[in-house]
Amino acid sequence: MAFRIWRFAAPQVFYPIAGKMIPWFMAVAAVLAALGLYIGFFVAPTDFQQGEAYRIIFIHVPAAWMSMFIYLVMAFWCAVGLVLNTRLSFMMALALAPTGALMTFIALWTGSLWGRPTWGTWWVWDARLTSELILLFLYIGFLSLHAAIDDVRRADKAASLLALVGAVNVPIIYFSVQWWNTLHQGASVSLTRAPSMATTMLAGMLLMALAAWAYSIAASFMRVRSIILERESDADWVRNLSEVKSP
Amino acid sequence: MTAATSLPVQRAAGGLRSVFLSVVERDLVLALRRRSDVLTTFFFFIIVVSLFPLGVGPEPDTLRTIAPGVVWVAALLASMLALARLFAGDYADGTLEQLALSPQPLLVLALGKILAHWLVTGVPLVLIAPVLGLQFDLPVQALLVMTLGLLLGTPVLSMIGAVGAALTLGVRGAGGLLALLVLPLYIPVLIFGAGAVSASAAGMSVNGHLSLLGAFFLIALVFAPWATATAIRIALE
Amino acid sequence: MIWGSASEFFAMGGYALYVWGSYAVTSVVLAAELWLLARRRRTLLARLGRSLNAARNPSQ
Repeated sequence: MAFRIWRFAAPQVFYPIAGKMIPWFMAVAAVLAALGLYIGFFVAPTDFQQGEAYRIIFIHVPAAWMSMFIYLVMAFWCAVGLVLNTRLSFMMALALAPTGALMTFIALWTGSLWGRPTWGTWWVWDARLTSELILLFLYIGFLSLHAAIDDVRRADKAASLLALVGAVNVPIIYFSVQWWNTLHQGASVSLTRAPSMATTMLAGMLLMALAAWAYSIAASFMRVRSIILERESDADWVRNLSEVKSP
Repeated sequence: MTAATSLPVQRAAGGLRSVFLSVVERDLVLALRRRSDVLTTFFFFIIVVSLFPLGVGPEPDTLRTIAPGVVWVAALLASMLALARLFAGDYADGTLEQLALSPQPLLVLALGKILAHWLVTGVPLVLIAPVLGLQFDLPVQALLVMTLGLLLGTPVLSMIGAVGAALTLGVRGAGGLLALLVLPLYIPVLIFGAGAVSASAAGMSVNGHLSLLGAFFLIALVFAPWATATAIRIALE
Repeated sequence: MIWGSASEFFAMGGYALYVWGSYAVTSVVLAAELWLLARRRRTLLARLGRSLNAARNPSQ
């Protein structure tokens, strides 16, 4: 029974399955986002200290969480690929990276816009934002290294090793930056919400986080399908696909 | 390895230690033949550090504040510049392939190359940094902390950098790409290295900082040679 | 309902630029991602279809 799961490691098997799952994940994302935004804008109360500006949290925190989660998942597939030498693992990692990078960018952008009314500057050197910036560099590094190497197999492996090195470093970097931040500015400058967040705010945030998760899966599945088609274009099963025979 | 066994015998026996030492020796000899490469890194470091007062102004208080960061960032950049040459020469002429094929574990050979690289590019930085620190009017105590920090930190930079250098072997635009890959990984070393100097200048304890730098050194020593060897094998495939 | 009127909602207590700036950029980024993905797939399928046709009908 356990060995049946190996079937899904074949691009040929995974391709149609992923294709069927995409619309479902997009639908889930849309519904959760609608709920989350409704709660976020029409149920959650105004914040005592930050006024309405805090409502950016409903994008900023989910995006930040996803940026880190996607990196971990990406690193996981990189490790699987390096150890088991499965083509699809490398393809999945490559498919996740751009979505992760975009989530990181969104976290940074919204973080900046949140920091401006709250702290008065367009950029705040708080631990999380600074770590997000470094995470963006790690994503870009992964994609750049992969793009720079012509041989696909070597590119996959090199970028995967890099992703793993980065994954090991991310906690170290995060704690270093956090320490640096508290030393230089004191604990007051932080975009982390105070522990006593209204339940409705938390609910909205969690719903948006789940929506972001569903969206990320849909987007990366879409990307991986294109990657599969690109890499396996000589295979018979690709030539026999209905969408190829009659586009 | 008893005291009674002399070095030539150890070498002739072809043990792991002797191979390691011959790799180090070979790289040192090669580096000293191309002295210009070594000196370029050294002078780059000096120039970058000297640029900052010119950009920021000669106000002593400002300079004292920025000095730890400036010296450390310059050390990072100089270290990274030197990395391009770590494996490139051997990769081009096939020596790296020979090293990978040898019966000795590649990670030991890689560590040998890294050590030679650090001796030639890192140590000069460690030695000249306190002199440069004087330009910024840092107190003696802080200069000592800076030297010690760089002594611990520059090997870490070499080790982490070696992984990046191996990953980008023979790749288009390797220099810029290497910077993008490696500089984010340098950040913890920068934070605690520069932090130690600032703390010392402010009269605070540096034990925490230096301990962490020591910890980074040990972690790098454990993981980096292995990761470098893996990256070399990937590049040679 | 927290908002007294639609204009209050859009004003966001004076923080309209920041709040709507965030949501707008996010929407644009995500829409762009989806559009780019769709375009990549379209181009790919067209190219595969063409090469398949050429293989089947070498005279054309």
